[in-house]
Amino acid sequence: MSGHKTPHQLYWRANLIVLGILLSIWFLFSCVFSIFLVDRLNEYKLGGFPLGFWIAQQGTTVVFIILTATYVGIMSKLDRKYDVEENLQ
Amino acid sequence: MTDINKWTIVMVGFSFALYIGIAIYTRVKTTKGFYVAGHGVPAIFNGMATGADWMSAASFISMAGLISFMGYTGSMYLIGWTGGYVLLALLLAPYLRKFGKFTVPDFVGDRYYSNAARLVAIICAIFISFTYVAGQMRGVGVVFSRFLEVDINLGVVIGMVLVFTYATLGGMKGITWTQVAQYVVLIIAYLVPAIVISLQMTGNPIPQLGFGSKILEGDNAGMFLLEAIDKIHVDLGFPEYTATFVGGKKSMIDVFAITMALMVGTAGLPHVIIRFYTVKSVHAARWSALWSIIFIGILYTTAPAIATFARVNMIQTLHGKPYANAPGWYKNWEKTGLIAWVDKNGDGLIQYGPGNPFKMMPGASKVVPTLQDKDARGTFGEPLLQNEPTDVGNELYVDADIMVLANPEIARLPAWVVALVAAGGLAAALSTAAGLLLVISSSISHDLMKKILKPGMSDAEELKWARVAAGGAVIVAGYFGINPPGFVAQVVAFAFGLAASSFFPIIILGIFSKRTTKEGAISGMITGISFTFLYIVYFKFIKPTSGPDEWLFGISPEGIGTIGMLLNFIVTLTVSQFTPEPPAKVKRQVETLRYPGHGKKKTIEI
Repeated sequence: MSGHKTPHQLYWRANLIVLGILLSIWFLFSCVFSIFLVDRLNEYKLGGFPLGFWIAQQGTTVVFIILTATYVGIMSKLDRKYDVEENLQ
Repeated sequence: MTDINKWTIVMVGFSFALYIGIAIYTRVKTTKGFYVAGHGVPAIFNGMATGADWMSAASFISMAGLISFMGYTGSMYLIGWTGGYVLLALLLAPYLRKFGKFTVPDFVGDRYYSNAARLVAIICAIFISFTYVAGQMRGVGVVFSRFLEVDINLGVVIGMVLVFTYATLGGMKGITWTQVAQYVVLIIAYLVPAIVISLQMTGNPIPQLGFGSKILEGDNAGMFLLEAIDKIHVDLGFPEYTATFVGGKKSMIDVFAITMALMVGTAGLPHVIIRFYTVKSVHAARWSALWSIIFIGILYTTAPAIATFARVNMIQTLHGKPYANAPGWYKNWEKTGLIAWVDKNGDGLIQYGPGNPFKMMPGASKVVPTLQDKDARGTFGEPLLQNEPTDVGNELYVDADIMVLANPEIARLPAWVVALVAAGGLAAALSTAAGLLLVISSSISHDLMKKILKPGMSDAEELKWARVAAGGAVIVAGYFGINPPGFVAQVVAFAFGLAASSFFPIIILGIFSKRTTKEGAISGMITGISFTFLYIVYFKFIKPTSGPDEWLFGISPEGIGTIGMLLNFIVTLTVSQFTPEPPAKVKRQVETLRYPGHGKKKTIEI
């Protein structure tokens, strides 16, 4: 059985990989760039903003929206690929 | 009656009539309609409703004000409250929708095959919701008292009657469609003044960009707005606005812990989670989560811009100016006790700077001005306070809550804009209150009565219980709004920590780990919420003067939910290893949660 996975198992594994990648980016922006490395990033400027400050107060929210949109897009594709879509009457 | 009063009556009256109209149009006859709007709300509208449900009086009224006073540190609210949505969208929404029941205790009770787990979840849900709802009712009262000049308590009662009407008539269906309308009202109310003020100050109509632009007029013309605010701060003796973890601001570990607690807490709040039960499919639940983070993002990227504009405007219009010539808005807000001045050096000028201008009243839980006799006035006509002045140079007390509400007046916008903001604040408070009341009502009628105490109950009877419970919850919430025990008012901010440490870990593990057992979940929930609750009570009420040196790892009570959540995870996982595996039926049920459906092609299952 070990080498032979059902489509359901493959779908779930793909889902976990997608979540792992997206949540790493989530952590990178919400905690690493916005908090741990904020002072380092503040040495750079983005227009009138110190870069770290901009990421903390604006950039992360934008990234969060992009992450969620990416998730919705990828999952719709995976649903079709592994044929686990809903059958709605 | 002032122009602002008249416009407020028009705007608030119109918006209330709209909400009541929607409630009558959407009244329901089944429990499915009452609890989850018949699972039939389109994704985009559910996204709006979730936005309004989620953005409370705190987001609308308080958040920009808090950021305004905290500068960089205020980012924790922005990151925390939007970041939680990512967790919700990726880790919870699709699976809970697939589960397809009505409430959070439903999920906990079924997944952990135990009424004991269900009961613990009911208690957590009711506890979290009540602490949160009392703050909303208070927000309603504050808006009414300032803009209609009625008593705060009368304001609370008006809010209660309104929520009572649409929550009991229409249940989740009524609440959903009023929340859609409330989102529209609140986002317009938030954006209009932000756009106008951004134009006035920087010439850029988009607040998110104006925030990083140069100031047009005045002493600091030609400077970037953020450079100007940093300079103003330093001149007055504050740390720079954009400074990070310097003295006088929170430490890095504390900012991290609070941000994490808010993110995870957001994902564990029952009134937000149940919003994903109301759409028709898993696919729609994902889309709905995306729409809601977009709708929320519009407000959350505007908030820090408003915070900066308001900070500059407030300091420039008040600091160093004679009290006798204080602007009209100052005098209006002075009546509410949310702004106050003590003339320490007898020069009649308002001096602003760091530190509290006066001491806390004995027995109070925070520094707020307490008036002497109603008509007692000082040399310059200022109301006199009972509070003892402090030694610092600062003479001005400003409550963070007025920054958003007073902002249009500070920037001298027309009366109708001020009234619009009042209607928006009410929309934000009422929509969240309604969502929370529904959680309380369904916890009692569905989870407690139907699932535990009286399983044979008919649908009609359950619906009756749901309405009675909603009515009862409104009255209790109103009572707390009128008589806020210091305890409740303080704990509102901690609802997130409680949600983070109770629900989040066991829902996640319930979906992602089949091995998690009922014993694990129950002990995890109890450990997490008790630890968090006791830590908060100890450091907020028993030793309120404590500082970072006494805190665990330097984490304040606001951020302790992060540790509570970790404890919950550890306890749940460990206990699960040493207790009998969940029944095969539960494992199969978890398996089905992981796939949206059976597919459209006919595939052979291996």
